[in-house]
Amino acid sequence: MGKKVAIVGFGQTYQRSSRKDVNGVELINEAVHTALSDAELTINDIDAIVIGNMDHFEGVNYVDCWSAEGSGAVMKPIFKLTTGGTTGTTVAMCGYYHVASGMFDRVLAIGWEKNSESDTTGAIVTAFNPVWERTRFGGAIAGLAVEASKYMDNYGVTERDGARVAVRERLHALNNPYSQLHQEWMKGMEVDQIVDLLVTSEQNQMLAYPLRMSDMCPRTDGAAAVIFASEDVAEKIAPTPAWVVSTHNRHNYVFLGDINWDRNDTLETAAKKVFEDAGIKEPLKEIDVCELYMPYSYAGLKWMESIGFCGPGEGPKLVWDGVTDMDGELPVNPSGGVMSSNPIGATAIIRVGEGALQIMGKAGDRQVQKDVNYALCTGFGGCNWADVMLLGKKKPS
Amino acid sequence: MAEWLDKVENVYFEGRIKVPYKWYVGEVGSRFLVALRDKKELWGTKCPKCNKVYVPPQKNCGECFVPADTWVQVKDTGTLESFTVVNYSHSMQPDKPPLMYGLIKLDGADGSMLHLIGGAAPKDLKVGMRVKAVFREKREGNILDISHFAPE
Amino acid sequence: MEKVAIVGVGQTTYERRKEDTFDELVFEAATKALADAGGEIGDIDNIVTVSNDFWDGRTISSMAVQDAAGSWDKDISTVEGDGTFGVLYGMMRALSGSFETTLVVSHIKGSEAVMNLITNAMFDPIFHRSLGVDATSSAALQARMYMEKVKATQEDVALVSVKNHKNAMNNPHAQLPMEIGVDDVMKSKMLADPLKLLDCSPISDGAAAVVLATEKGAKRFKKSPVWIKGVGHISDAYTLGYRDLANSRALDAAAKKAYKMAGVKNPLKDLDVVELYDAYSYMEPLWYEGLGIAKEGKGVELLKSGTTAMDGDLPVNPSGGVISAHPVLVAGMTRIVESVLQLRGEAEKRQVKGAKTALAHGINGACGQSHCVFVMGV
Repeated sequence: MGKKVAIVGFGQTYQRSSRKDVNGVELINEAVHTALSDAELTINDIDAIVIGNMDHFEGVNYVDCWSAEGSGAVMKPIFKLTTGGTTGTTVAMCGYYHVASGMFDRVLAIGWEKNSESDTTGAIVTAFNPVWERTRFGGAIAGLAVEASKYMDNYGVTERDGARVAVRERLHALNNPYSQLHQEWMKGMEVDQIVDLLVTSEQNQMLAYPLRMSDMCPRTDGAAAVIFASEDVAEKIAPTPAWVVSTHNRHNYVFLGDINWDRNDTLETAAKKVFEDAGIKEPLKEIDVCELYMPYSYAGLKWMESIGFCGPGEGPKLVWDGVTDMDGELPVNPSGGVMSSNPIGATAIIRVGEGALQIMGKAGDRQVQKDVNYALCTGFGGCNWADVMLLGKKKPS
Repeated sequence: MAEWLDKVENVYFEGRIKVPYKWYVGEVGSRFLVALRDKKELWGTKCPKCNKVYVPPQKNCGECFVPADTWVQVKDTGTLESFTVVNYSHSMQPDKPPLMYGLIKLDGADGSMLHLIGGAAPKDLKVGMRVKAVFREKREGNILDISHFAPE
Repeated sequence: MEKVAIVGVGQTTYERRKEDTFDELVFEAATKALADAGGEIGDIDNIVTVSNDFWDGRTISSMAVQDAAGSWDKDISTVEGDGTFGVLYGMMRALSGSFETTLVVSHIKGSEAVMNLITNAMFDPIFHRSLGVDATSSAALQARMYMEKVKATQEDVALVSVKNHKNAMNNPHAQLPMEIGVDDVMKSKMLADPLKLLDCSPISDGAAAVVLATEKGAKRFKKSPVWIKGVGHISDAYTLGYRDLANSRALDAAAKKAYKMAGVKNPLKDLDVVELYDAYSYMEPLWYEGLGIAKEGKGVELLKSGTTAMDGDLPVNPSGGVISAHPVLVAGMTRIVESVLQLRGEAEKRQVKGAKTALAHGINGACGQSHCVFVMGV
């Protein structure tokens, strides 16, 4: 059996729409230094590094090699992973497996992206099969719009329900200095009032029905690094390490046209496997905080159902009841989430890092006001792919 | 060749990933390129730990992993550490072949800089030969503001 | 520590242009590996694919092959780099205790891409890319640096091309089986001085796959296991001018890690066969030095001594090596596949008699910046 693994450090850059002050390698370096200083380690303490991003957002091939001077990989083990939107959790999982294998004690996992430097949609379109789907159904928004309208039709969900989720994300982001979007104008307004404004304002452009600008994540420059450590050293490095309780993924789909639009079945399966491992029977009661990778608002309804936080079609009630707000039973995305910051290759590892901060009690103004024993972190990408990582305060047995 | 080709027409699509990029250079790289463009000067950064001078400059020393935060001007002359003469042509290349590339250890720098060699016949290139930067008349703030290195 | 075995291997033939699509190539390699192991996809707990978005001309290139790798309802991940790194990750996942078996696949269609543009894109866009360098021109700079250092002639390093292309005559999967002489290499077109056409590996299409298993997982399969005894991977600095191109300290460090794990004390004596990443002829003697089978500066001497020939004490690249087929991203995995065949005694005409310990080697980046070394045994 492998080693138990914990997160002992997390560092992120300030996520901004454009980080013109640094090049990619320097941005990576910033995240690495922040993570090292968080864990009070130096690069000499790191046994191996893994890194990930999406090639065509920066136009650099073999990023593990190119970034070696910035990531600290000179004369160290490093390799690269990439799986699209899930890249961040893919990298986190790889960091976890490095340590769990018993081969390395302290591993740095880095995700990064400079989306400002290229054409995000232009690159994402090329993710889809050039013969069958690229010409008609590619890009990030198309699939999500289809998912949202199907979900609305299935359960009588309205545009106001979607907007309610968006408002939560943007309000939470106001507590997070690292987040890109800080929509100060929302401060002090009633939630209902903001929701009404979002669904009626002509300034809030309809991109692809039912998705308006406010329903979508932004494009962001940023990097993040998480340090994984083995049970042999974790407690010496961090007073309260965030233990990896279980992690699973499902990347079943290759074609958008094959996706089961009624259920997010990849997320459902991955979450179920994680809960089985952890012995979690009632997710809503047992999970204390969730960093859900949701690139758009309706995911905050439907995907909550897929994880099992509520039954099918019950997402809107859960959100309107305030259950997922900062002071609710299950705060979702205290960080402001993907809808407030989306440096794609880093996005999912930020979910993991933010989840770890909640367990470690280091989340600052966005720390949830309750004891955090379990933090659920997810990644989304590719073609309705789902990664799930459960972190816990107690060392798993 | 696959057998089915006798029976089925082999359909193919042509494509090209055409994504526009705008790469920000960062502080140290920008300082280097501006000095190159405006003053025809070559500057490197020095690591406080191993004392290596990096040209082109690095924000941090890759070996020591500390900021390389001292600026050092280096000469525009140097020694050829290695070279090649490329005989094939491709659209990405800045000129027609034969193209001569060199790793040039500039006087005052540690390590070497990759650049083009010119003003010499391919057969005359030798490891250890002295070369000097030839600057372009019209400089735009990129590495090709040095047109090439020529024998000193 | 738990041990990991390779219980199944599969590879396509390597050709200049194959008509199969990416997923068809992967499916062929994966089904061959499963059949070789004496198992089926249901015996596989998780999948690692190896993909590169530049080579495939596709963002999230991993998406195109996962059906073919049988990943439906399984955990899956994707390494972007040489196949050896993919196998390494598959091994970590097995050792973690989460999975007992891993299928690792890799593929490339060099024929559908433009090598020069793709390898030019590994150079940083600020200081190097606009110079128009690529894999071959940067390798030429390394070749000269190394050859000057060890005082090797072009004829000396041409011996790699002669030896390995001849070895490829015994390998039905190789792309360029050729009986050639040093003069043929010398007469071939000068691409980037001192590298001539026959000093360079070809552009190739193909795929490979391996099935990994823990001791417990291995019981699911019929094939007797080949054990991974040691592994090491290390990257050097990125900028060509900032590293000593004539001294592969990263390979040296990676090999030492693998040897320590495997209990290899004297690699020249303890290893029975080596499959290394000879993308260009000069790389083979340079990697000898990094692997410690020759002292620093003595790689060409070892080559000329015949020690690494098919009938020498330590045959290197009985398969014909990368110079006889270079499916980028697959090539390192091919080295592992070939090593496994050698250790099982199934390498047919290219079999090294009585091979008990084998080494496989892969590289990432320009001029072999990053290395991965596997030591395997029965």
